[in-house]
Amino acid sequence: MDLLGQHLYLVAISTGLAVALGVPLGILLTRRAAWRALVLGLANVFQTIPSLALFGFLIPLLGIGAWTAIAALVVYGLLPIVRNTYAGIAGVDPAVREAGRGMGMTDRELLTMVELPLAAAVILAGIRVATVVGVGVATIAAAIGAGGLGVYIFRGVAVVDYTLILAGALPAALLALAADGLLGLAQRRLAWRR
Amino acid sequence: MTPVLEVRGLGFRLPGSGKREAGNVKAELVADLSFTVGAGETLVLLGRSGSGKTTTLKLINRLLEPTAGAVRIAGEDAGALDPVCLRRRIGYVIQEVGLFPHFTVEHNVGLVPRLEGWAPERIAARVRELLALVGLDPGTFAGRYPHELSGGQRQRVGVARALAADPLLLLLDEPFGALDPVTRVELQGEFRSLEGRLGKAMVFVTHDVREGLRLGTRIGVMQGGRLVFLGTPEELRRAEHPEVRAFLEAA
Repeated sequence: MDLLGQHLYLVAISTGLAVALGVPLGILLTRRAAWRALVLGLANVFQTIPSLALFGFLIPLLGIGAWTAIAALVVYGLLPIVRNTYAGIAGVDPAVREAGRGMGMTDRELLTMVELPLAAAVILAGIRVATVVGVGVATIAAAIGAGGLGVYIFRGVAVVDYTLILAGALPAALLALAADGLLGLAQRRLAWRR
Repeated sequence: MTPVLEVRGLGFRLPGSGKREAGNVKAELVADLSFTVGAGETLVLLGRSGSGKTTTLKLINRLLEPTAGAVRIAGEDAGALDPVCLRRRIGYVIQEVGLFPHFTVEHNVGLVPRLEGWAPERIAARVRELLALVGLDPGTFAGRYPHELSGGQRQRVGVARALAADPLLLLLDEPFGALDPVTRVELQGEFRSLEGRLGKAMVFVTHDVREGLRLGTRIGVMQGGRLVFLGTPEELRRAEHPEVRAFLEAA
């Protein structure tokens, strides 16, 4: 399997999992004030752990390979997604929420018909950050046997071959830019004027 | 004939304020409130900021749960109903309007009928009817978005939205408060003629005496969470309670 494909695989799976976990968690935080400090604080702590160190912590638990890398990528993707989901929903005009509740919308109707659509652009911005960070951290995943474009970079460094280094670094950088650009486009299409 | 709305001994005390402290009367936002509103009647709740008028509205549609007293709507105990069902039977209009920015005017007005599962044709017909009723040409306005409307137009849509499912009772919280004086008077006039045609029970909160005198069949003056006066506009003008006089003098 070619290394670009592996790289995409790592990023896609981990971002998907981070969204599946992070968005519901963010929604929960808008409904449970007591959890906010704890969850956001924890996600923040994980964010500050350097990636190689996090890999180091996870290896005794999950071994080396793709799944360890994916676990770490999910951890890094959670903070932007949870925080943006929370902020996006909390940022909905309170009058809109009051009108909705006052007219007899259930909590789920309010969430699906009003809050999520209005928060969509902000949530997508969080997913965009998570994706771009994911592309970057996945480059380091090669160090723990997870494959990806980092393989070229590390091998190139080991044998001092600049072409090899670039063969990994260039696609990785372009991938990050492409992800950022595409998601940025989607984000702009979703933004609603208040 | 059963009144549409019956409020008896209604009270609301902030949670966590059960302790006996000297200065703790403030935590009782509404106390000992009793009144009835029949079909075709508009009860105006007049009072200063913080007098409890908005709280009273929210106690009726249970956006806040009463801590004392009872509310009956068309003879049924409001406290025993599912709050969501209750609210769908009551129209609610607020000062900031709160139109959904991502819905067209048509979608906004047709919201409750859609939640209730009405047939699309029925919803469309009802939306057209209501837009015409509030003075907005359906052809022009149905497809517009809230950000394309003026303040006065938005509030007209807000009223249409509240009327969509043909509720028995309408609650309005300073609906014209955010509008410029000219638009405000214009909407008051239209609202007055609408009151006559609709025959609904309404509770209209305002701090503007003139608006209250113009639109109310009866006026209730609130002070410190209690009703200190309840009567017709003529009775209000002759009343001697200091708070009532203060309002009349300020008009």
